[in-house]
Amino acid sequence: MSNRADIIAAVRAAKPAIDAPAPTVPSYDEAYPQDQGGLAALFAERLGIMGGTWHAPTANQSVDDALREALADKLGEPLAADVVIASHVPEVTGNRKIEGNAEDLHDIDIAVLRARFGVAETGSVCFTEAELTVNAVAYLAQHLVVLLDPAEIVTNLHRAYQRHDTTTARYTVFHTGPSATADIEGVLVRGAQGVRSLTVIPAAE
Amino acid sequence: MSTPDPQATIQSAKATREAQPRPAKAADGKRVDHAKSAKQFLNAPEHAKSHDTRVWAMRTKRDKQAHAIEEWEELRELASQIKTHTLAHLDTYLEQFADNAEANGVHVHWAKDAAEHNRIVHEIFTDHGVKSVIKSKSMLMEECGFRHYMDGVGIEIVETDLGERIQQLDGEDPSHIVVPPVHKMRSDVAQLFAEKLGSDPDNDDAHYLAGAQRDATRPLILEADAGMTGANFAVAETGGFVVCTNEGNADLSANVPNLHVASIGIEKLVPRVEDMGVFIRLLSRSALGSPITQYTSHFRAPKDGGEMHVVLVDNGRSKRLGMDKFWSSLKCIRCGACMNTCPVYRRSGGLSYGATYAGPLGLILNPSFDLHRYSNLPFASTLNGSCTNVCPVKINIHEQIFGWRQVLAEEGHLPWTKKTALTAAGKVLASPKGYRAAIKATNSALKHLPRWALYNRMNAWGEGRDMPNPPENGTFHDWYRRNRLNKSAQASNQANNQTDNGGDA
Amino acid sequence: MRIGLFVPCFIDAFYPDVGVATLELLERLGCEVDYPFDQTCCGQPMVNAGCHPEAAATEQLFVDNFANYDVIVAPSGSCVHQIRDNLTAIEQTPAVKHVRENTYELVEYLHDVLNVTEFPWARFEHRVGYHDSCNTLRNLGHGHPSELHGKPFSKPRALLKNIAGLELVDIDRPDECCGFGGTFSVTEPEVSAQMGRDKIADHGRAGAEYIVSADSSCLMHQSGCAARIGASIRFKHIAEILNGSPA
Repeated sequence: MSNRADIIAAVRAAKPAIDAPAPTVPSYDEAYPQDQGGLAALFAERLGIMGGTWHAPTANQSVDDALREALADKLGEPLAADVVIASHVPEVTGNRKIEGNAEDLHDIDIAVLRARFGVAETGSVCFTEAELTVNAVAYLAQHLVVLLDPAEIVTNLHRAYQRHDTTTARYTVFHTGPSATADIEGVLVRGAQGVRSLTVIPAAE
Repeated sequence: MSTPDPQATIQSAKATREAQPRPAKAADGKRVDHAKSAKQFLNAPEHAKSHDTRVWAMRTKRDKQAHAIEEWEELRELASQIKTHTLAHLDTYLEQFADNAEANGVHVHWAKDAAEHNRIVHEIFTDHGVKSVIKSKSMLMEECGFRHYMDGVGIEIVETDLGERIQQLDGEDPSHIVVPPVHKMRSDVAQLFAEKLGSDPDNDDAHYLAGAQRDATRPLILEADAGMTGANFAVAETGGFVVCTNEGNADLSANVPNLHVASIGIEKLVPRVEDMGVFIRLLSRSALGSPITQYTSHFRAPKDGGEMHVVLVDNGRSKRLGMDKFWSSLKCIRCGACMNTCPVYRRSGGLSYGATYAGPLGLILNPSFDLHRYSNLPFASTLNGSCTNVCPVKINIHEQIFGWRQVLAEEGHLPWTKKTALTAAGKVLASPKGYRAAIKATNSALKHLPRWALYNRMNAWGEGRDMPNPPENGTFHDWYRRNRLNKSAQASNQANNQTDNGGDA
Repeated sequence: MRIGLFVPCFIDAFYPDVGVATLELLERLGCEVDYPFDQTCCGQPMVNAGCHPEAAATEQLFVDNFANYDVIVAPSGSCVHQIRDNLTAIEQTPAVKHVRENTYELVEYLHDVLNVTEFPWARFEHRVGYHDSCNTLRNLGHGHPSELHGKPFSKPRALLKNIAGLELVDIDRPDECCGFGGTFSVTEPEVSAQMGRDKIADHGRAGAEYIVSADSSCLMHQSGCAARIGASIRFKHIAEILNGSPA
């Protein structure tokens, strides 16, 4: 389209004539814990600040049981049979498949997914369409439970972006805690448009 | 359900009954009168105080983050350099972005201006039979008057961001680029939602109100024909773009319907994926004082069975790129930190600027859209410089505000009274005797004129302040002449080649 | 080393004691100080409003008055900023460059050049809220702005710590602008006055009896606001404190 040529020409004519090389971006993570345990602890702390919950299974507790325990205060204990659980992980058996149109997934209470990796700096977990199946499930569900392998926690966002998930995946998203807003007089509300809670359960892959 | 906030209990008995201040919009062709709108805002003291307190809180939260990160100032410098490099090579990066996006299966459109943006999007919608659209926040779309245009052609647009939805339902523009209803108190929202959503007018609990909007909007999201987002960043290396939200509403807008249209300003380009680490670490910390937004979403290609369109928009950006003193304003990542720190913005409210962009950012962008209409805005500043210091990409905002004053003066946009007064001042101050006579006259006036003559509508200083008292024993010149001049006159005046010393004062 | 003393127009007119204190203080410290009698103004009122050509004659007069001095010292941050950074309406001759490069504000001259650490003639037994003017803080580097990451420091407070009896108090918003802003004070009078009242209230909450600053323009604005609302807080320029002027 001629619009492209016109706009590019206008930009070319206007751009400032200065010598401005692209800087190298350091990783800035020398002060982070070097061991997996330390990094996981930092991740859990940062996740908590952003409104998420780290819920490690006790010894011999299954992921499924840990999930039910984690959501007891929100959905009751034991979980009622009509609670709709859509699971994309073998560790948890759901009663709904994540498939079809996004609109069909509007009644899901709990979506269970595995994160691709986590970021300790912020307490973020990463998904692409591979982990989500239907992208919208992570936003239409009322609660999100995320399995994260502690060995897949990177230090900070510089390291996260040195990976190239966003180069190959169609959709890549970092979730940091549940949905939130403070638009009304600065009062923090969790569960704005998206999930009301986000729980991370550490589980090796 | 989340734990209730103890501050957010139902408090209709204590809720403010003060009406929300609503500044009048300047008519077409007229200058925006920021001072007048600011006065209206300040005349609603509960709203004014709430606004200043809330917005200052965002500045203090941002400070906490900045102080906690050793490399904070380095990050700002890196971000600034990355953006400078990008803008100096913007044509190359735009082409790289567009080529990669198209190779990813994304349709790329180019809009020279707001009208073209609206027409292009309209055409996409018409081609797909779109009647209802959900969208996330986009200041670019505000710039283009997009919703107003769509109203005119009968396509329903639903804002999914709580703050933008509040403003949409209220028929008001956003007053802050990150927190659109920051000027509203909770009772204003309760009243609005009662009217528009049928919620309880006496319940101004923020959780309740947010819940009311969630429930009302969810069906609209599920039924929408298309979704629109803006973009915080467009990555040339991948042809993808990045959208940051706290609600997840951009992800709903983009992932529920099968058609996703993104409006992106051409200045949003960054070269490489790894540059994103710098910007994402700076953005939310600068905006709200939180380490990252709850959702950081990267869109590179349409989902299976979906279609993705990107509309790249110029709308004056290439023109600004060619302005020697002002092109660096294009580095802006729309964090709003400058608004949060600006003492004038906090006390006048974003709507007082009468334009898409408010606060310090508005002062340097708006004149480039319409020099006459926004000719007062660069004077809505004390040039205190804190905006420049909080800007994550180190735009020299206060210096650009100063620069626009010079442009306005040179191009004849100063009010005649002001220009005349300053020209006269320039003459008096250039004449030693004229100056000393003027000071004498001023102090005499202060000493002898009655209060009603000193304090009236012609004396802007005197509206909120008392005039300074004339000194008992005269000026410094007088003191110097009485106590020092005869002793040192010869020496200093010879050294300075002055022929007339100690004349009238 | 001859110092040319610049006493800005509004200090000359309304606060001559500040000029007197500056002159006496520099002399106490052994400086040779002249006051060119035909000085007027640095050009700031016109330049601040964007009217640079209208400031040219005033700027030229300033340079003519001060070109033959080794350094120029002024008790005004805003004027020194104007001279050093914005005196551009006239041709940049060697004389102009000399003046621009050798103009100092009083506090920085005392702190950086004379390295003064004691003021034995001074006593001020009051609680003082120090007001960092935006010009001295951000344009002249008097201290560390709270919005930047870095080590806190403050030249004026380092000097005031040596004044016997003086107690410095901290306020909630230590470096928020007080609302003077030059032309702003009359183009946006409501916001300006509101900012002034907020600043006074902040100092009041901290228990300050005096607000002290290196910029009389800020003090003129704040004292005007205080008088209008009947606040009892009082105002002094730092030159007067350091010179031992009584309260």
